[in-house]
Amino acid sequence: MPLTPERLQDAYRQMLVIRKFEEAIRSLYQQGKIRGSFHPCVGQEATAVGGCWALRQDDYLTCTYRGHGQAIAKGLSVRAAMAEMLGKAAGCSKGKGGSMHFTDPSVGLLGANAIVAGGVPHAAGAALASRLQKKDNVAIAYFGEGAVNQGVFLESLNLAVIWKLPLILVCENNLYSEMSPSHETTSVVETYKRAEGFGFKAVQIDGNDVEAVYNTVETVAAKARAGGGPFYIEAMTYRLWGHMMGDPEIYRTKEEVAKAKENEPIVRCGKRLLELGCSDADLTRLDAEAEAVIADALEFAETSPAPPPADALTDVFI
Amino acid sequence: MPNITYVQALNEALREEMKVDPRIFLMGEDIGHHGGIFRVTKDLIDEFGVDRVRDTPISESSFVGLGIGAAMVGMRPVVELLFMDFALVAADQIVNQAAKLRYMSGGTVSIPMVVRAQQGGGRGNGAQHSQSFETWFAQVPGLIVVAPSTPADAKGLLKSSMRTGNPVIFIEHKLLYNTKGDVPEGDYSIPIGKAEIKRDGRDITIVSYSRTLLFALEAAETLAQKGIEAEVIDLRTIEPLDMPTILESIKGTGRLLVVHEAHNNCGLGAEIIARVYEQAPDSLIMPPRRLGAKHVPIPMAESLEDSVLPQTADIVNAVEAMF
Ligand SMILES: Cc1ncc(C[n+]2csc(CCOP(=O)(O)OP(=O)(O)O)c2C)c(N)n1
Ligand SMILES: [Mg+2]
Repeated sequence: MPLTPERLQDAYRQMLVIRKFEEAIRSLYQQGKIRGSFHPCVGQEATAVGGCWALRQDDYLTCTYRGHGQAIAKGLSVRAAMAEMLGKAAGCSKGKGGSMHFTDPSVGLLGANAIVAGGVPHAAGAALASRLQKKDNVAIAYFGEGAVNQGVFLESLNLAVIWKLPLILVCENNLYSEMSPSHETTSVVETYKRAEGFGFKAVQIDGNDVEAVYNTVETVAAKARAGGGPFYIEAMTYRLWGHMMGDPEIYRTKEEVAKAKENEPIVRCGKRLLELGCSDADLTRLDAEAEAVIADALEFAETSPAPPPADALTDVFI
Repeated sequence: MPNITYVQALNEALREEMKVDPRIFLMGEDIGHHGGIFRVTKDLIDEFGVDRVRDTPISESSFVGLGIGAAMVGMRPVVELLFMDFALVAADQIVNQAAKLRYMSGGTVSIPMVVRAQQGGGRGNGAQHSQSFETWFAQVPGLIVVAPSTPADAKGLLKSSMRTGNPVIFIEHKLLYNTKGDVPEGDYSIPIGKAEIKRDGRDITIVSYSRTLLFALEAAETLAQKGIEAEVIDLRTIEPLDMPTILESIKGTGRLLVVHEAHNNCGLGAEIIARVYEQAPDSLIMPPRRLGAKHVPIPMAESLEDSVLPQTADIVNAVEAMF
């Protein structure tokens, strides 16, 4: 069932939470409070919310270092995510993981991954387990188009097809991998065609349209639950900020980014809501509600304690 | 002598060698117009063109493998891995292939390839971007492993690595890139397999390399104020190991501490101490010690990471406990 106008408002607010989360991180980063690297998903919120909201909480998710949005959309507590960014004991991984490793199995989030394509076989494995356990959960793996040249990615495609796994692969094609335009490094850059070559049912969709993403994932998830998997979705999107903080962005023009902003998911969803009868005041209210979620998470994370050094030695084994 | 950064020194080594040796070409992710995430290959594409400075897809096992193939037929590839952690994606090509092809062919083919990567922690990059793998590679016969700590050594050793004709794992450290040092002008190289005494001392020998070498020198300053004169040896090459320099030093000091950022378990400290006991059991006046990362993956939070990785204060404490 497509998102109702009410749910679409919720989705809009959720995308704003994700956007504001990344904006808050950027500002913390600029204050020197964030360690390591930070790969923002600004501009890609619709793939996260549309995809994860079309699933159940007990469906499995793996994602990448750029997966803050997916993790939050799947149900990761924004407080726990913010605390993890700041390396606090209350973080979703107790400060051990950091920006690239958000994990919360209680909402199906098996983990973000810092190795390109590293999480794809894990989602396939979770899908396999679902079959073996005679459950009807599906697994979804998000990855960038740069991942499609990795051996483990291509090997996983093959296994997913021959074992008919309840797996949904979502390629967020944002045109660049790091500082390289992906068409320069990838032979068939319309990645869904590669998946088709492996025997996947594959589509390419507008990844900045949250309703389109939602509808597609909902449809294929139902089929995958019934044994019709796997599926491949190439969601065309655009990363509005650099690959990571400090990216000089010499590989694209300001005009290109400005143009992409006209098509970005939150602006588009806002327009759509106005068409559906929302008022400007409604949008302002949704924005304020999202702002409050982030303010709360920031307050929580900034005031919570760092893990004591001795905690470094725990959690290696059961 | 020009005072330049570690990154500039590496860049100069690549440029100078590429100028004189047309067999050298570079492969790696974003090394071309972007000049590498850590800028080691900055501007080289302008001078040598896209044929010799090749941007690759994110497919480490294939481009390391292509490096091997090109090396077998007369080229001298220098392959950059963005993080040493990604060497594991290419581990088959490095360990099963590059390290063994010469031997298995009875010496009829050789693999003059350098695989460069930065490693190590200290920046909160998390467990998949902070590891130190020198011991893993040193364990594999057929690989040379170097890990310079200063700009001068970085330049000289990278040149030697490109000239040796053998597979070399060239280990840089992410937190050394911006450190500065004097680098001799003109062509020079540092021999592979030769350690250097970076500080003279009579009371204890501290053996280290890469970033912890700087910590060891810092610790030696503090110790000197407390009346302990530490001799600090920079291994520079991990494999082959320069045991003579170590043995000569402990003959004078009688005490040995090995410090590295890599995990202690089965680490280089264990290897060096074992060799000391095999080769000069009587030279030590007390049991040697080693200091490496605690046996956990490298955590992100500062409070955790600092406690897992050896710090200058840990070196001072370890040495003081030996007196
Ligand atoms: C095995 C491996 N190689 C290289 C990297 C470094 N790296 C991190 S992100 C990235 C680009 C990935 O691009 P893409 O898959 O398109 O995802 P995006 O960042 O655009 O979301 C690279 C090369 C890595 N993390 N893992
Ligand atoms: Mg991309």
